[in-house]
Order: sequence, then structure tokens, then C-alpha cells
Amino acid sequence: MELLQQLHRGDSRSIGRAISLVEDQDPAAARILAGLDQTRIEQSLVVGITGPPGVGKSTLTAGLIRHLRDQNQRVGIVAIDPSSPVSGGAILGDRIRMMAHALDREVVVRSMATRGRLGGLCASAGAAVRIMAASGCQTVIIETVGVGQTEMDIIRLADMTVMVLAPGFGDDVQAMKAGILEVADLLVINKADQPGADKLALDLGAVFTDTADRDLRLLRTVASEDRGLDMVLDRIMLMAKQFRQDNTLQKRRQHSFALETMDWAMEMLRPKISGLIAPGGKTDPRLAAQEIVKKLGQESSQ
Amino acid sequence: MAQQYRVLIGKPGLDGHDRGAKFIARALRDAGFEVVYTGIRRTAEEIAASAVQEDVAAVGLSSMSGGHVRLFPAVIEALRNAGAGDIPVLGGGIIPDEDIEPLKQAGIEAIFTPGTPIETIIEAFRSACRKHHSHRS
Ligand SMILES: Nc1nc2c(ncn2[C@@H]2O[C@H](COP(=O)(O)OP(=O)(O)OP(=O)(O)O)[C@@H](O)[C@H]2O)c(=O)[nH]1
Ligand SMILES: [Mg+2]
Repeated sequence: MELLQQLHRGDSRSIGRAISLVEDQDPAAARILAGLDQTRIEQSLVVGITGPPGVGKSTLTAGLIRHLRDQNQRVGIVAIDPSSPVSGGAILGDRIRMMAHALDREVVVRSMATRGRLGGLCASAGAAVRIMAASGCQTVIIETVGVGQTEMDIIRLADMTVMVLAPGFGDDVQAMKAGILEVADLLVINKADQPGADKLALDLGAVFTDTADRDLRLLRTVASEDRGLDMVLDRIMLMAKQFRQDNTLQKRRQHSFALETMDWAMEMLRPKISGLIAPGGKTDPRLAAQEIVKKLGQESSQ
Repeated sequence: MAQQYRVLIGKPGLDGHDRGAKFIARALRDAGFEVVYTGIRRTAEEIAASAVQEDVAAVGLSSMSGGHVRLFPAVIEALRNAGAGDIPVLGGGIIPDEDIEPLKQAGIEAIFTPGTPIETIIEAFRSACRKHHSHRS
């Protein structure tokens, strides 16, 4: 398949098209995904960058791209924004901050909408990441907005998660402080040039029980002035090395494989299930669901 | 599921007014499109490279300061150079009547002026996307 060959040579058009075919659940997607270079995928590093709206995730990502390019890495970015639940449309604006790299062929950027998938996990995002990795991207960054469960599901596609916060976004921080260290490997206080950064650092520092751990995992940046980004990248690479050594990375990939498989299976079952729902049924929905699952089981054993 | 269309809205040239571009972007989103927005002051090459990476089905350009005669065809040219001459380009903004025909001759799919109803604009994008998707390999 020509598309597959071109994709592995790093051709922009083919990479873009391959992602669309998966995203639109085109029949050709299966062959593309089956033919991806697994060695490149295994060797790539997938970094999730998340945080509340407007804290500077895209600016930070653009800065990291610059530093990764200095190290001669090919970089992929999957930037995810929510679809409007009303219209199904979306405005995908993260690319604006990354336009400095628009003409660099070794920087692949793809904006994606969540397309309102139930369960939250954006399965096509995982496929986009692997397509980029197969095209030779050594590092792939997933940017996603938010601090809720849905966004964290998307971030579970990553080998490592960077949570970006900024002064003035304190309400979000208070609400999530309890579980923050379970989901974030690194905490970045961006906009450290703004008032309130010290207080935020103090607040977040209190989450750690170990000061050495805190000093490793809590960082400050001014992304718009490229301050502190070299440190963030150093820590990312340090952790990546550690995660490979202690098997964390393999475990996380197995976990995200299970998550994504579940998401795709649900996605594929949905039209079947909706065809089996009798309109205006008089029984309880839970009982109706049981009947449907039974029917599906019979169908598949025939 | 209805086909989901992806489009790119860009603003080539040096003027900094993106109200028109943002208005169109929002209207398209509200009509169900996924809109990649690239912001102001882009070169034709940057817009073309982005359109290729994003694999959009159409590119919409906005111009308010009279650069359209040169800038719109430059984007078409840049798309061709990027191997993506099949992506339709639509343009809007403050465009005098006498420029419309030459722009269409140059390959711009549709031209919108401040008087064009938004429904017409959305329908033009929809039909350009539909056409592009039907040729997609
Ligand atoms: N003062 C200051 N402003 C910053 C810094 N980093 C980013 N900004 C500004 O913050 C605004 C938002 O930046 P983005 O990078 O778009 O933020 P984001 O988190 O990606 O936003 P969404 O994707 O919309 O959630 C922009 O105006 C940036 O220029 C910083 O370190 N200091
Ligand atoms: Mg962003």
C-alpha cells in the first residue's frame, strides 16, 4: 500500500490522510494500523500535556518542540480540543502557538476534536500518536485541555503526564489537589512571571510528602519567554529513562492498550446496540440491556 | 453518523484584523464543522503546510486589506507545490466586484463579500468538502 510506504518515509500528506482514515473509521484504516512499524512505536516517547484552559499548554508545547528540534529529534503533536455537544463542530486553535514550526518537515502537528465519544477516551488520538511514531517521530506530545476525568482518560494514552497550572487558576487546583500526584508525573507552574506563582507553588508543594520528590516533580516556567523549559525537558527525559528501566513504561502501555481496545469495541458495538433497542419499550432499561447483551452473545456464537 | 468535515481558516498577509476570520470559524463550528484556526499574518506556504498536515477538505481565507489578488492565488500555488492542489480554496473579505472573476479564474472555488449571507457561506464550504471527500483515496 503506497500510503503506508509514504507514511513511513515521513510524508506529511500521507500521515495526515492516514489519521483521517482512522478518525473517520474508514475500512482502509485496518490495513494502515496493521502495517505500522512497531519498533518505532515501541521506541517512541509519548508525553501528555494537560491542564485548565489558557494556562499556556500550547505555548509550552511549542517551546518543547524547539528544544527537541535542537536535539535533532523529529516531533509529533496531537492537540485535542472538545467538540461542541450542540453542533458536533469544534474550533481547533492550538496550532496558532506552534506556527513557528509550520514549515519544518520534522514537526508533525495534528489537531483533533473529541467527537463526543462516550467514555471519554479518544481512541483515534491513540492511533494518531502511533501513526506519527511510525513516521519517525521520536517524541510525540498529546495536548489536551482540562482537569476532569475525560481528559485524564485521554492522557492515559501517554507514557508520562505533565500537568500545567498557572496563577489565577486556583479553583481548579483546589478541586483536584487530592489526586493530582496519581495522574501527573510532573507539575509545571507556568506563568511564573505573574503574581500568585509563589502561593501556587506553596499550595502545590504541600501535596508532596517528600521534599526531594517535590523538587524533582514541581517546576516553574515562563513558557512565553522560554524560561525553565530546558529543565522541563531534562526531567521528562530523565523520567523516561527511569520508566524504561523499572518497567513503568511497559505497564502503562499495556494499560492504555486495554483502555483503547475497550473504547474501540464500544464504538464498534454502538450502532448494533442502537439497532436492537426497541422504541418505546415497556420494561426497565436495565432489563432491556440484559436482553440485548444476550442477543449479541447468541449472534456471535452462531 | 454524518460525515464530519474538517476545514482550515487562515489569514494570509500582514493586516491584523481577524474578526471576519473568527466570525466564519465560529459559524462553521456551529454548523458542525471542525475548524482548524491558524491565526493572523500567515504566509501562503505556512497555510498550505498546515492544511496538508491537518488533512482538511477545504481552506478558507480571509482578507480585509486588499492583498487578496496576490495572496489568495499564492495559497493555491503553495498547495500545488505541497502536492495538495486538490484541496479547494474559498475566500472572503472586502473584495471589490471586479476582482471576483479573476480570482475564480485563478482557481478560487467561491468568493464571499460582506453582503454574502452566512448560510450561503456555510453551504459553499459544505459542498466543497463533500466534493473533496468523494475523491478522497
Ligand atoms: N505571562 C505569561 N503568559 C503566558 C505564558 N505562557 C503562555 N502565556 C500566554 O497565555 C495565553 C494562553 O496560552 P496558550 O498556550 O494558548 O494556553 P493553552 O493552555 O494552550 O490554552 P487552551 O489550549 O485554550 O486551553 C497566551 O496569550 C500566551 O501568550 C507565561 O509563561 N507567562
Ligand atoms: Mg492550547
